[in-house]
Amino acid sequence: MTDRFMLSRRQLLKTSAAGAAFGLASAAFPISRAFAATATVGFIYVGPKDDYGYNQAHAEGAATLKGIEGITVVEEENVPETVDVQKTMESMINLDGASLIFPTSFGYFDPHMLAMCAKFPDVQFRHCGGMWDKAKHPMNAGSYFGYIGMGQYLNGVVAGHTSKTKKLGFVAAKPIPQVLLNINSFLLGARSVDPAITCQVIFTGEWSLAVKEAEATNALVDQGADVITCHVDSPKVVVETAAGRGAFVCGYHANQSPLAPEKYLTGAEWNWAKVYKMFVDDLVAGTPLPNFTRGGLADGFVKMSPLGPAVGEPARKQFDATLAEMMKGGFAVIKGPLKSNKGAVVATASQAFPETAIELESMDYLVEGVVGSTA
Amino acid sequence: MDATEIGLWGVPLAILGGAIRVSTPFIFVSLGEAITERSGRINLGLEGTLVFGAMTAYAVAVMTNSPWIGLLAAAFAGLCFGLFHGWICKFPKVNDIAIGIALMLFGSGLAFFFGKPFIKPKAPNLPAIPFGGWSDIPQVQAALDVNVLFLIGAVLSVILWWAFRNTRAGLIVRVVGDSSDAARAMGLNPDTVRLAATGVGGALAGIGGAYLSLYYPGSWTERISSGQGLMAVALVIFARWNPLGCFAAALLFGGAGALGPALQSVGVTQGYYLFYAAPYILTLIIMIATSSPTRSLAGAPGELSITK
Repeated sequence: MTDRFMLSRRQLLKTSAAGAAFGLASAAFPISRAFAATATVGFIYVGPKDDYGYNQAHAEGAATLKGIEGITVVEEENVPETVDVQKTMESMINLDGASLIFPTSFGYFDPHMLAMCAKFPDVQFRHCGGMWDKAKHPMNAGSYFGYIGMGQYLNGVVAGHTSKTKKLGFVAAKPIPQVLLNINSFLLGARSVDPAITCQVIFTGEWSLAVKEAEATNALVDQGADVITCHVDSPKVVVETAAGRGAFVCGYHANQSPLAPEKYLTGAEWNWAKVYKMFVDDLVAGTPLPNFTRGGLADGFVKMSPLGPAVGEPARKQFDATLAEMMKGGFAVIKGPLKSNKGAVVATASQAFPETAIELESMDYLVEGVVGSTA
Repeated sequence: MDATEIGLWGVPLAILGGAIRVSTPFIFVSLGEAITERSGRINLGLEGTLVFGAMTAYAVAVMTNSPWIGLLAAAFAGLCFGLFHGWICKFPKVNDIAIGIALMLFGSGLAFFFGKPFIKPKAPNLPAIPFGGWSDIPQVQAALDVNVLFLIGAVLSVILWWAFRNTRAGLIVRVVGDSSDAARAMGLNPDTVRLAATGVGGALAGIGGAYLSLYYPGSWTERISSGQGLMAVALVIFARWNPLGCFAAALLFGGAGALGPALQSVGVTQGYYLFYAAPYILTLIIMIATSSPTRSLAGAPGELSITK
């Protein structure tokens, strides 16, 4: 018994001596490093950062920060929306000294990011999505998002001109407001060309399920849809499967034209570089970071892929005209009179919801002409 | 009726097409696992082998521009994983299930590590044989584009079913799986037989992975498998260790998986989460219907650590 106690005490002494040495060494480092690095920014992705989709769009934005003097970027990919993301955030803060963290996936916010906000009040957290609410959430948290529904409206304009069957297809992950707005915008864009067009939606239930997305795409093409778009984390499978079946595709999240150069019409892409640069500039300047950040095409938060070779002249004209209209600001995709596909009035004749309307962030309906259900 | 409108016929067609398209990885992984489990071991690591096979096949196909060399490479990688599992489990007091879980994580992690540079490039696909030429309907033609691996899997399940009953090798695997003591009394070395059986099982799982990345969905991403390898291992128990049963169960799972999207595409949109759960509900029903409190699972190899 005594021996074991002695041993453990000796080990304790040894370890703490080693710890002290390390502590000294690491204490010496930040001082010398402080001139080189003014801030460390952490990015957390739910999937691989080269997925031709959501995570790639964020990673491309993060990559543009790496050139900025004094900024260190730390990244971790494939982090599940579980307690794992809390561990990732803690290690970014404690080990890498991150002072600003971007947990980019929808499910990171509640409860994971909120728990970290409470634990580390000096660290800033900005979440991609529309969840931050001033009344409910701490001030070191915040949310940023882009009005990408406008991009899906433009996708719809081109799709409406290109479709011969007058049936469009949409492979969607989950019926949350952002996804529903994209589906509705895509159809309304197409209906601005031809009011007889319908859009069939299939929900896969998860952000990333390669085989189910391929099956959904096949089922849509089987039912006669000839332009397909999607809102899943990685559109790669949808784009390749649809093009393989001879359907046209509109992209989402990032530019997927290399995957189907002939069949790719256009796509709604994120331009996170602009957003991240803005936050980091504030951080370096020492000004408080905004908690509620939104922007659209005009603000450079969202951009369109170059039009593909299959896009005809009338489509190109209307695309350019609509884009110019949107750049002026105040363009409303959801405007009355408009009914949901269950027959309820969602906008009366006098109502119009421009992209900035906060009502759109709690959308729970699919508009008339969309074949599908939110539950 | 318009040529592009097939309406409700889309549902049975999608189930048929889905059964053919989606089932192939299930067929190969479950046949591989059936061989391994018949020899008395469980290799849960086949999920990792499947993912690693998918990555290897894609990477090698990109580098050599030949999907067939990719396929062979995947089978070889699977063989190595299987042999590794078989070799570790030879040591006394090693738990094959625990090693399987370790290898599942190891295989996926290694695949992600080596697979990074291959997410962007495009690999040539394995060829499909169009059996739908007799029909003018494009949907039927698309559903009946059958990949060669599916046909190989179908033939293989019949051969294995026959071989387990009628060949010396089949009987050796079975006796080792049913009783190590009996096998030793016959002069057989159970460890060697199990090593070979696990190796072959791994190779088949690697081929299943090659199908995922080289045909359907046909690209390498880290989320390609979404648990299909684990489901295939469960299918073996569901199929009562019978290769023909494995084939049928794989078809059933493939078809049932296509049900959800197909129903939504014809406008049945309520409760799609429930339709997605269809394969699992089906499994539960069949397991409950065929189980009995008075006897153990019919066909279960006696040496299997879950039945011992």
